[in-house]
Amino acid sequence: MSSTTEAITGGRLMVELLEEAGVEIVFGYPGGAILPFYDELYHSKKIKHILVRHEQGAIHMAEGYARSTGKLGVCIATSGPGATNLITGLTDAKLDSIPILAITGQVSTDAIGTDAFQEADIFGITIPITKYNALIKKADDLSRHFEEAIKIAMGGRPGPVLLDFPKDVQLEKTTVRKASSLKIAPHHYERPKVKGDPQEFAEALNQAKRPLLYVGGGAINSFASAEIKALAEKANAPVTTTLMGLGAFPGTHPLSVGMLGMHGTAYANKAVLECDYILNLGARFDDRVAKYQDFAPNAVRAHVDIDAAEFNKRINVDHILHGDLKDAIREILPFVKGGDRTSWIENIQNLKKNHPLDFDNSGDSIKPQDFLQRVYAKTKGEAIVSTDVGQHQMWAAQYYLFDKPNTWLTSGGLGTMGYGLPAAIGAKFGNPDKTVICVTGDGSIQMCIQELATIAQSQLGVKILLFNNNFLGMVRQWQELFYEERFSESQWTYNPNFVKLADAYGIPAMRIEHKSEIEKGVEFFLKDNGSALIEVMIPAEEKVFPMIPAGKSQQDLIEFKDLGKLKK
Amino acid sequence: MKHTLSILVNNHPGVMSHVSGLFTRRGYNIDSIAVGVTDNADVSSMTIVLNGDDFIVGQVKNQLLKLPDVLRVQDMAYASSVQRELVLISFSITEVNRSEALTICNGFDVKILEMTEDSLLIEFSGNSRQVSNIISVLKPFGIREISRTGQIAIAYRNQNAV
Ligand SMILES: Cc1ncc(C[n+]2csc(CCOP(=O)(O)OP(=O)(O)O)c2C)c(N)n1
Repeated sequence: MSSTTEAITGGRLMVELLEEAGVEIVFGYPGGAILPFYDELYHSKKIKHILVRHEQGAIHMAEGYARSTGKLGVCIATSGPGATNLITGLTDAKLDSIPILAITGQVSTDAIGTDAFQEADIFGITIPITKYNALIKKADDLSRHFEEAIKIAMGGRPGPVLLDFPKDVQLEKTTVRKASSLKIAPHHYERPKVKGDPQEFAEALNQAKRPLLYVGGGAINSFASAEIKALAEKANAPVTTTLMGLGAFPGTHPLSVGMLGMHGTAYANKAVLECDYILNLGARFDDRVAKYQDFAPNAVRAHVDIDAAEFNKRINVDHILHGDLKDAIREILPFVKGGDRTSWIENIQNLKKNHPLDFDNSGDSIKPQDFLQRVYAKTKGEAIVSTDVGQHQMWAAQYYLFDKPNTWLTSGGLGTMGYGLPAAIGAKFGNPDKTVICVTGDGSIQMCIQELATIAQSQLGVKILLFNNNFLGMVRQWQELFYEERFSESQWTYNPNFVKLADAYGIPAMRIEHKSEIEKGVEFFLKDNGSALIEVMIPAEEKVFPMIPAGKSQQDLIEFKDLGKLKK
Repeated sequence: MKHTLSILVNNHPGVMSHVSGLFTRRGYNIDSIAVGVTDNADVSSMTIVLNGDDFIVGQVKNQLLKLPDVLRVQDMAYASSVQRELVLISFSITEVNRSEALTICNGFDVKILEMTEDSLLIEFSGNSRQVSNIISVLKPFGIREISRTGQIAIAYRNQNAV
């Protein structure tokens, strides 16, 4: 514990701590209970504050920023309603392991517990949805809590933390301050030693004839892409990724079999059925991927994870390595042997050939898959892509191939509609030189549509690709296939004129409806670095395939060509 | 199967909510929970009894260890630990059965805290089975009120001891 000579207020100290940790940008929204902190922020030359239109926007922006940069994302809200507006984002960040610091104003300590104006027990409310949270009772405690919070958010399996900051504590003076070594830079924190036997672990892989690597979001958090590539190439093993793992292994690599799971490729899901060894690298056997204990029924299962609680949680495994993925792979690599996997690779190539991603592109309407492929070609696969939730999300996952980590931003665990637009904004602030595209639907965009103003205000070059089917498309797909076409409350009988709406915010916009307009549309959409919204009218009945029906497993995969089978 | 977890935690406000919230969130039921500070004022000891198979208990342990304020989790095997619970029982007596009640209390190593014409207030400590036992033996007298602390446990240093 070191002391500064001069006593400063809690609010001032919070600003200084953020500055020292290297925080350059925060997303927030002021209010009475956080005003002393905002007053101090006013004087900061190092921290840029982005004023959002809704606190949910602030936290999703922080998430988009964190995911695309690997750094900590910071958001600020006032007490009560401001704080509760962060709930969805905190839950999202918890499920997807995103490092977020939320700072919330709180009523003064003497009013806590009295149902004071704009009081909410945000500490209590957020216990289950944060990795760590604390109510700062004295300015003297701030520095300690801050250090703890950042270390916890960034260290191990990352996650959201929340510091609840009463107004009087923001004004209280303190000289107590830890000598800070905190940094929000990626992978700054010490990682625990890898536990397990890397040699034995590698030997199971060596013995396999049909190995498959199954890569999850942990690979992104651990910056392990290079190691995964080295491992795949050395072992000559095909690689499939989860929705969260897209980009951790190049989607264009010959060993890539794309995404697995509910809407993964048929070849990835079939490879899971056929493999004799499956190596889970930083994934969690999520129920959208591994429905039952018979997941990968013919395979020896191995799992590397930084979170010991993930081992044998849903699916039992035969081999375990506990630790940071990057470190763990480095330890097993020396023991990995090449092996002749020619027939397995050939098998995979055949699966790819016989069960490709597929859609019907005849007719005059625009198919979202086609449009996405063109956007992919035009951006040379180098854009950062965020999505909302629904069919458009799955089409984007399938048809935009991600070669690099931290370029795919989607709400995987929680499936949060409203995530895409603010996440793209956060990503653009973190990566001003990159093309950032938000792929969204007419339902999702309306959940955080007010953040168009944030784009306009900062003159941010965010591109919005809006697929309009005048439906909650994914809901419609389920209703069509599993509820005998009873489209209960999934059709929009009113949608705004999105082009005019964008225009009102000063964002260039265009609508296209016919195939003949596609090229013009793509051209308009990507022509410069400025913001743009393109509304692509697509057929309501277009569906996402392949699909593993809810509650079923890999065996029950339905491909585009099997559509007839479903409608019996 | 019943498991007894002995957990050391930082003695901060909110830690109890974090721990119990973890059980609620994952749908596990706590049979009893007893908390007290240790010789170190910064550290509290919690004893949690829960019902569940080895898989569930393993999950609970792993999830508990993820909480920053949790310092240690020990699954107390019955044979290698002492498990105790304190109970206060107030029950009715009559002139007729008073001496029978007192005989029982003597046999059970019970402390009598208060005796009135028509009631006895007693204190008893033992393992949970013994506590349940005495409750059922006293039930016929007519129990007025019971307060149980929930089980606490500590491991024997000498692991051969029972
Ligand atoms: C906040 C929230 N509410 C409800 C849902 C359930 N949900 C999942 S997909 C979906 C439909 C999405 O429609 P849209 O954004 O238009 O995308 P599309 O499926 O048409 O591409 C809904 C309602 C959700 N994921 N998130």
